[in-house]
Amino acid sequence: MTEKKQTILRTEQLQAFYILDMHGTQKVVKAVNNVEMRIYENEIYGIAGESGCGKTTLLKALFNDIVPPLRLVGGKIYYRIGSEEVDVTMMSPEEKRRLRMEYISYIPQGSMSVLNPVLKLRETYEDFIGSHVSGQSREEIFKLAHKQILALGLPKHILDVYPHQLSGGMRQRVTIALASLMQPRIMIGDEPTTALDVVVQRGVIQMLKNIQKNLQNTIILVTHDMGVHANIADRIGIMYAGKIVEEAPTEQIFNQPQHPYTRFLIDSLPKFGDKNVRSSVPGSPPSLAELPSGCPFHPRCPHVQEICTQQMPDFSQMGENHKVACWLVGEGSHG
Amino acid sequence: MDKLLEVNELTKQYSQGNVLARIVITAADHVSFYIKPAEIFTLAGESGCGKTTTAKIVLGFEEASSGTILHNGKPQTRKEKVWITEGVQAIFQDPFSTFNPLRTVDSYFFETVQNFRLAKTKQEAIALIDQKLHLVGLTYQEFVGKYPNEFSGGQLQRISIARALVTDPKLIIADEPVSMVDASLRMSIVNLFKKLRDELGVSILYITHDLATAYYVSDRIAIMFRGNIVEMGTVEQVLMNPRHPYSRLLRDSIPQADPSLRWSDTVTLAELEQEEYLRKGCRFAGRCPLVMDICKDVVPADTYVDDVLVKCHKYSNQ
Amino acid sequence: MKTIRDLFKDYRFFFSFIVLVIVLILAFLSIFSPYDPTLWNVVPRDMKPSPQYWLGTDSNGQDIFWQATFAVRNSLIISLIAALISRVIAILVGMIAGYKGGSIDRVLMFISDSLLVIPLFLIMVMLAMMVRKYMNLVVLGLMLSVFGWAWDARTIRSIILSLRERDFTQTAILSGAGTVKLVLNEYMPFATPFIFSTLINNISWAISLEITLAFLGLVNLNVPTLGTMLNWAITYQAMFLGRWWWVLTPVVLSLLLFIALYWLSVSISEYLDPRTRTQRVGA
Repeated sequence: MTEKKQTILRTEQLQAFYILDMHGTQKVVKAVNNVEMRIYENEIYGIAGESGCGKTTLLKALFNDIVPPLRLVGGKIYYRIGSEEVDVTMMSPEEKRRLRMEYISYIPQGSMSVLNPVLKLRETYEDFIGSHVSGQSREEIFKLAHKQILALGLPKHILDVYPHQLSGGMRQRVTIALASLMQPRIMIGDEPTTALDVVVQRGVIQMLKNIQKNLQNTIILVTHDMGVHANIADRIGIMYAGKIVEEAPTEQIFNQPQHPYTRFLIDSLPKFGDKNVRSSVPGSPPSLAELPSGCPFHPRCPHVQEICTQQMPDFSQMGENHKVACWLVGEGSHG
Repeated sequence: MDKLLEVNELTKQYSQGNVLARIVITAADHVSFYIKPAEIFTLAGESGCGKTTTAKIVLGFEEASSGTILHNGKPQTRKEKVWITEGVQAIFQDPFSTFNPLRTVDSYFFETVQNFRLAKTKQEAIALIDQKLHLVGLTYQEFVGKYPNEFSGGQLQRISIARALVTDPKLIIADEPVSMVDASLRMSIVNLFKKLRDELGVSILYITHDLATAYYVSDRIAIMFRGNIVEMGTVEQVLMNPRHPYSRLLRDSIPQADPSLRWSDTVTLAELEQEEYLRKGCRFAGRCPLVMDICKDVVPADTYVDDVLVKCHKYSNQ
Repeated sequence: MKTIRDLFKDYRFFFSFIVLVIVLILAFLSIFSPYDPTLWNVVPRDMKPSPQYWLGTDSNGQDIFWQATFAVRNSLIISLIAALISRVIAILVGMIAGYKGGSIDRVLMFISDSLLVIPLFLIMVMLAMMVRKYMNLVVLGLMLSVFGWAWDARTIRSIILSLRERDFTQTAILSGAGTVKLVLNEYMPFATPFIFSTLINNISWAISLEITLAFLGLVNLNVPTLGTMLNWAITYQAMFLGRWWWVLTPVVLSLLLFIALYWLSVSISEYLDPRTRTQRVGA
């Protein structure tokens, strides 16, 4: 029933490592370790995983913001611009700059710091619009911005205040409004609702969904909170130690999780109204500088087998859109 | 009934602004509650509702504008160091800023042991620290000599709890202890609170905006909104059957890890925080789906409905 | 020891280490000087550098090499006294003002700001003229130290102010720490790199100020220091008369010292910076 959607962003064997050199000793942090992803237009794709699994780095890579000490060690990233696929790793800084905000925008973690604290929001907006649009269309865009602010449910006099006068949640919403102003085809958000309380979080999620519905674009969202994913994502990719270990539409991830880690993630969340004892995922995630051999989850996996310690499994297909990288789930043919 | 902590009509006012335009914000407005021994009491609400301010005042780090606080029946005096005199300890939201990044974590433990004179020799001190670490699921071996950045957030928060336990407190004030910890690790911390209550008889003032863990772990709960307690009672009553419209909003906004339970309707968050604080009548009137005319002018009184305190005009006429 | 090895990888530290070792050796050698530095005409005058007189001799009839050893020693003594004492004052004032706040803070900052605003040079000149009779190394050092603490006190104070708001201050308080212990254990490690680098900068500053005062003839010219050597050389017009060895000795020594001290302070403070330190910690 789902018509075939166009791919808008694709990675091929993406490897992005931090190469740190501190007084002679080198440390290699394998933050994105051979990731193959295919993200469609008009969808919300969630990336879930604990802290330290490499999600932020993956987002940086997807946004094509790879600066030392982060290095692109291997693989490619393709955006679909218009009707062609463009390899963005080869782009010049000027081309990259033009893409940003108009084609793809990024909402960083703790976006409170994105807004210039000494400028009123109005000036930040004008600044922003001015650097992406020239001439009389600036006026128009500004008017659109004003309309957008009202449409997104923000108070009308918000442009006349300084960032510090707003609460964290309000600032976050302004930042999202700004990021969606030029109607980008892809919006990337890094933990946009962490550190916000539940009601504001709900408001932010609502806002993101509205924007996506209106612009019919793609939103890639990273958060460790599966509850947020359940409410907003169409498809979810579970990330562990620099790799995607399972990917499926949201219902399937929650109803039929295949990877032991995914099961842990879901079972460790409190179900409101349920006082039965629940427990967290045992152990802790590995350091990305010292990864275990084979499947990186094997030290914590309750079903670990010999082969898990030796080799990383490929993806197996479980149904049309569901892929898992786990030796328990059949021999891997690529997904 | 012995009350471990009793807070009566606690009020804290701040003035903000400059010489030309000053406004007074009432961060805590006649807040009253109590905590019994071996009980987990939650103070829940959005950020900026006054719960952290209340906690700081109970700890003695800030002074109230008016109101009294009683520890074990004794009034808290000005500048009293309640962590020394009354066995109160605290843990904070961000485990990484709880400890000085340039000091080893164990140095805090040894310092506490020394300052509170809890051991006579280093051997005794280590034994004591080891015992507290075991309570939180860690061992002395994996902990000694390490700096904060060598631990994960979850581990560090447990260490923070262990540090609070060194002095055998009767009351621990936990200010948003799990909001900076991954959702998948929150249960381990919160289960720890249950264990402390059941095995050691420690009471916990659990401050949070996460109602899911609040339901899971607390005995009683108070919901705060812009400085007022708007609903208070046992956690079953308040969270399973919330009466105040704000409590309902909070409960309904919990993101459930189940796609079939997605939110169906929307919320409006259209006001600046400051505007809500300065309202004449009920502070929730700007957002309340059941708002009446009286709500905008008159602050609702505290009413009791089936042993649950509710601060809402809808209930005060019954 | 790993620290020292790490530091040596920085070419700046390496250079300054060498220079400072040479300077210290020179200062130490002053003990073995065959000549009394305050006596004149102990050797033939105005001799060019030769195997007998390594750096030549000056118009007062002194061996420049051995003069230089005393000059370096005395300049270092003066500046070390000045720098150390002003550090101590800066730390005390900065930490007390930062942690206590309120009226204590205001009074201390008022004093500190006054010292910053008053034209240093005029006061120094006035003071130097007044105490000229009693001027010796220690007195000069003390005088310089009075003017060297004000700026750093304020910086230390602001470091303390920002640290006071951090959560770990509360943790330390809950662990029973008293004010003094709190400041020493929690805040000092953050302030140490700053204090250390300003110590070195202060030494530089003191040396240059001493040179200036000596150049103007405001100190006891019979005591050999880098400044007094220069003063004598200029007085005797050594430059014009082509006696470059007399002028260049104090100039080159001073330059080397300044560069070495600067590079030392920069390389060490980069190493000790809390931000890079926390990255290294536990690595």
